[in-house]
Amino acid sequence: MTMPFMRPPKKNPILRTRVPTLPPWTRSRVALGLTAAAAVGRFELQSCDDCGTVQYPPRESCHQCLSIALRWSPESGEGQLLSETRLHHSNDLFFRERLPWRLGLVQLASGPTLMVHLHGDVPAAPCAVRVGARLDRAGQAVLIAFPAEETPHMADDPQLREMTCDPRHRKVLVTDGKTAVGQALVRALAKAGADLVWVGEAEPWKKSPGLDALSDLPCVTRVPLDLTDERSVLQLAGELGGKVDILVNNAEVHRPFGISARRGTEAARAEMDVNYFGLLRLAQGFGPAMRARGADGQAGATAWVNLLSVYALSNFPPHGTYSASKAAALSAAQCLRAEMRAGGIRVVNVFPGPIDDEWNQTLPPPKLSAEGVASAIVRALRDGVEDVFPGDVAQEWFERWRESPKTLERELAQGGT
Amino acid sequence: MAADNPLLALVTALASGRIRIVDLTQTLTPEFPQITLPPEFGQCWPFRIEEVSHYDERGPAWYWNNFSCGEHTGTHFDAPIHWISGRDLPNNSVDTIAVENFVAPACVIDCSGEAAADADFLLTVPFVEAWEAKHGRIPPKSWVLMRTDWSKRTDPAAYQNFDETGQHTPGPDADVVRFLVEERDVLGFGSEAIGTDAGQGYHLRPPYPCHSLMHGAGRYGLQCLSNLDQLPPTGAVLICPPLKIRKGSGSPLRVLAMVET
Repeated sequence: MTMPFMRPPKKNPILRTRVPTLPPWTRSRVALGLTAAAAVGRFELQSCDDCGTVQYPPRESCHQCLSIALRWSPESGEGQLLSETRLHHSNDLFFRERLPWRLGLVQLASGPTLMVHLHGDVPAAPCAVRVGARLDRAGQAVLIAFPAEETPHMADDPQLREMTCDPRHRKVLVTDGKTAVGQALVRALAKAGADLVWVGEAEPWKKSPGLDALSDLPCVTRVPLDLTDERSVLQLAGELGGKVDILVNNAEVHRPFGISARRGTEAARAEMDVNYFGLLRLAQGFGPAMRARGADGQAGATAWVNLLSVYALSNFPPHGTYSASKAAALSAAQCLRAEMRAGGIRVVNVFPGPIDDEWNQTLPPPKLSAEGVASAIVRALRDGVEDVFPGDVAQEWFERWRESPKTLERELAQGGT
Repeated sequence: MAADNPLLALVTALASGRIRIVDLTQTLTPEFPQITLPPEFGQCWPFRIEEVSHYDERGPAWYWNNFSCGEHTGTHFDAPIHWISGRDLPNNSVDTIAVENFVAPACVIDCSGEAAADADFLLTVPFVEAWEAKHGRIPPKSWVLMRTDWSKRTDPAAYQNFDETGQHTPGPDADVVRFLVEERDVLGFGSEAIGTDAGQGYHLRPPYPCHSLMHGAGRYGLQCLSNLDQLPPTGAVLICPPLKIRKGSGSPLRVLAMVET
């Protein structure tokens, strides 16, 4: 039975901070299909269009009939644990530091036999298990077998924790506490057991009653943070950058215009200054210390969350400049993800559809509530997902985008339907 | 010799300390608040500064910065073209205003007690007349500076003083602006708060009277001034040339006051 994850003891400041190491991360091009699915929280294996055989490991042609018509398809993960191995020695630095480590051989109901990580609550073989795909600290897909039935404190299994970014007992910075989403995030993170939540506040003279109300939460501290001001970002990073375990960048500027509906570039610049350059300033300020603390104890630095928009994938012309700024932010976030990988820090990109706020007032429902966005972010951290599409609109647009970006572009040009 | 050479007399007086220079300028920093309009309007950029190099790999022997701001950021000058009422006047932008106007005497009206008691304090004609009874009539082509000690509010939230009904900062009422323009022929009006108009100036008639009437009459504005408590009621001379921006509606500037000691 998994022991609940207790608040770790204070760090001994005279000992060297453990340097992050990564599990093996090279994958063939075809094997990255497993990662692409796991990145959005799915477990997929290739199946053969000609003979129906499910494939493992990922390959170029069917191991039964040699057909090359292999298609990535959702996999339920139900199977039988055949045998177990407990590693007590490894020459790989990452596993060497985390021994012992349970591995198992699982035969899926759909056919293939897999080598998987074993959750601590999986009983001795033979037994029924459910295999899922997760991203490891290197950001690559790995498979882990869970017990067939939920067990208490399942998320606290030490092996599973190496694949997730649970906010419990971690210190979190939310970059903008003035928005409804920011306030919902702070509440959700506090409820999820975050040790401390720092809440950024720009332009303090523009008061926000919702932000005042957050002061009721004992774990919350308001901090001055203005993403348009390099000095403000660097000052806060200097003061507490070495303590931030999860950074949630929810600060954004959103003005609902296309190109021709608003003269000049003042509003578009303001969007870029926060949505794109703000991310750059934050990354330069907070990135290095977080990257260095990716293996700092049981609840060290683990994740960087960007609140983007589903409009980052394809421009929504009525909100055209905002879409462009979010596309720029997405591109920067991909760069950040590559740079943070060395520290094992997961960069989570969140792509909500329209949020029910004043700047989307004239858009028809369905619109996402602030609480909906916040709970999707907390869930993504717990599940270790890196691309999140909260809400029906975002889910639907994402599927349409995967199917045909050009078709979606044309549809959005006609108003989105 | 000094007696018949006024410039020499001036520099001699400066060197001897008989004339002192007071800096009336707020330091440009990212923390200093900018004027805040409803979010659907375009906004004045706050002051922002980023390092180009600091004797480092970006420039081994030199330190310098890039900065950005609006024409109306920090201590700044308002030209008549800033307001729609002044848009068709001749020489109404910072690049065309006659430079003689950038050196002028100032009358300082102390409203600091009233502003401390009431953030929405409005300067009125009787208040100015009472001031004139003590200090003499405001001479033509003078600046009128409203001292409120508002610049001593170093916390941006207190300086801006917003609540649910908007901003609460002192300024002139509509009648006194008309009086200063028509009866006293002033050069312009200066204030310590974020604007020459009161925080609630939108609700006056006309809205924003100091902008509407002063600029409509070709007069100027100075805002975000500081150290007005170091100036005498009369006798100070301001030096306040704005940047020469083509068709500029205003500009951040250094405002200096010469004061006899």
